[in-house]
Amino acid sequence: MSEATSEANSKANSYTTGPDENGRFGIFGGRFVAETLMPLILDLEKAYGAAQQDPTFLDQLQDLQTHYVGRPSPLYFAERLTEHYGGAKIYLKRDELNHTGSHKINNCLGQILLAKRMGKRRIIAETGAGQHGVAVATVAARFGLPCTVFMGATDIERQKPNVFRMKLLGAEIMPVTSGAGTLKDAMNEALRDWVTNVDSTFYIIGTVAGPHPYPAMVRDFQSIIGKETKEQMLEREGRLPDTLCACIGGGSNAMGLFYPFLDDESVNIIGVEAGGHGLDTAEHAASLAGGKPGVLHGNRTYLLQDDDGQITEGHSISAGLDYPGIGPEHAYLKDTGRVSYVSATDKEALEAFQLCTKLEGIIPALEPSHALSHVGKIAPDLPNDHLLVMNMCGRGDKDVFSVAEHLNVDIG
Amino acid sequence: MQQTRLDTIFKELGANKSKAFVAFISAGDPDPETSLKIMQGLPAAGADIIELGMPFTDPMADGPSIQASSQRALKAGMTLKSTLDMVRQFRNDNDQTPIVLMGYYNPVYIYGVDAFIHDAKQAGVDGLIIVDLPPEEDDELCIPALNAGLNFIRLATPTTDDARLPDVLANTSGFVYYVSITGITGSASPERHVVEEAVARVKRHTDLPVAVGFGIRTAEQAQAIASVADGAVVGSVLVDIITKSLDAQGRASAETVTETLKKAQELAEGVKRA
Repeated sequence: MSEATSEANSKANSYTTGPDENGRFGIFGGRFVAETLMPLILDLEKAYGAAQQDPTFLDQLQDLQTHYVGRPSPLYFAERLTEHYGGAKIYLKRDELNHTGSHKINNCLGQILLAKRMGKRRIIAETGAGQHGVAVATVAARFGLPCTVFMGATDIERQKPNVFRMKLLGAEIMPVTSGAGTLKDAMNEALRDWVTNVDSTFYIIGTVAGPHPYPAMVRDFQSIIGKETKEQMLEREGRLPDTLCACIGGGSNAMGLFYPFLDDESVNIIGVEAGGHGLDTAEHAASLAGGKPGVLHGNRTYLLQDDDGQITEGHSISAGLDYPGIGPEHAYLKDTGRVSYVSATDKEALEAFQLCTKLEGIIPALEPSHALSHVGKIAPDLPNDHLLVMNMCGRGDKDVFSVAEHLNVDIG
Repeated sequence: MQQTRLDTIFKELGANKSKAFVAFISAGDPDPETSLKIMQGLPAAGADIIELGMPFTDPMADGPSIQASSQRALKAGMTLKSTLDMVRQFRNDNDQTPIVLMGYYNPVYIYGVDAFIHDAKQAGVDGLIIVDLPPEEDDELCIPALNAGLNFIRLATPTTDDARLPDVLANTSGFVYYVSITGITGSASPERHVVEEAVARVKRHTDLPVAVGFGIRTAEQAQAIASVADGAVVGSVLVDIITKSLDAQGRASAETVTETLKKAQELAEGVKRA
């Protein structure tokens, strides 16, 4: 479908009109927060709305994206992966080449500019794999604001290089031991800090979850991935891609790639959740496939939980996907059927990680390795002119230690 | 809306110029049986209202004490259904003391809002405090609960300014729970004069009683806070007594019930001196 046709789609049939004024995407999303935080998120919504209309803000953001992050990130034709699978033409959107090594910086720059505008003096954040933490610590350093990052004790153990990077950048790391000591618990602790330090503190949420306006705001800041992809593909192939594929924990890189294409009906869109040890076990982090709608961390979405509404722990080889929830817009896109959601196991991701490294000379993070694994499942059966884009949302340097461990290699 | 036990107690206390002592425990902490015994002993220890925590894995507004108590209860097998059973058992020999369930929305949502309201009402629950349901989400549970005759007690906080207070108070009933600090449960205690001003501010917008909580740890603090409000809510310190009384395996000991009730009595006496 051409751009013009998609423009002609009536608003009523558009997938891009959400959220509504109450922060809802269908029944998902919302503002399920304690009263102490409610005035803050209303302020944030107002400030974000004003910033979006302010050319100074937008220019500053764009300038930093170009000169600090290195955008646009390339859309790379993965020739050897394409040959290997012998089907679809595989493109990688190279967001792992961004400054700090992942897509997370796209959102952090937007939010820290907003924090400055709002006169906030302190930054807090949660992190799982540490990619978001590193990006937050980076922008906090760049803008001279003190920064505290909450990170589960389990994740600190499996993501040591990122922990050290954050410390070098001047961030204070607060280990979180409650629960299983992973991303969910880090987010609880960040919310507790925010509720305590309401006047001074800006909470940079790293994914398309949390109370309104976070899911929409983070999506908007990440949408640059999809916008560039669209332009680059049109320039290169003269048409839109046929399939988009991205991994999903909370779902920010996926939302960023998908969003500009939601109303392009010809584009098949696939999100890949973390299947852990398999969906038939309790050890996975596939909220959409294995969870049901509930309310956590400020929004209604699909959650891993038991029959009593108690949240269960996700599991994934990748700390960045190890979250029992998912952004509310993904929940909506699943229920409307616009996006297909599948999963890849730890083992499959590990195989894709090695394959990509050997064939393309690109060491992917374990997160996009899940998406790549799914690409490997569908690409062989697709025709040679099928244009498939996978979001390479992060690089794997941080993962080499845990990969070595999984491969039983001792690298000291 | 019909008069609830909460309306009755505040009317009685008001007539005697007396203040309400609101005691919080997590349902099922450290185990269902011990928890019921503590609950049953609270009215005699001086609790005018019992705030019963519905355990949740992710209590985002709570400090370490109540987080731990919630975890202990869950580990002991507590569910929302058994919390309601506990209320039912309590009501077998106490029909006066108001019971307010406090917790987070997800377990209620999963139980089913209509089924929950029905079962809570039948069990003898008087009011609900759901931390993560601000007025913006009133259609979820607040309105259906009010229609069924359950009080919906809202938290007002230092960040709730005068422009916002009317929205917060609009569908509030029973009493207003003023959170005296920006922070989580169990944090530092606020200054009396700060609370006094805050309560006066809330009272300019409502005729409902105002109870104040967060950070009250001693009988003296309870007295000071209750003297400038209609009641004082105490939670973390009671939960800490439970924690301290546990044996090496984390099980209830002979002192768990008696020590908790003794502390409750001390705090109640503080409130009654106000």
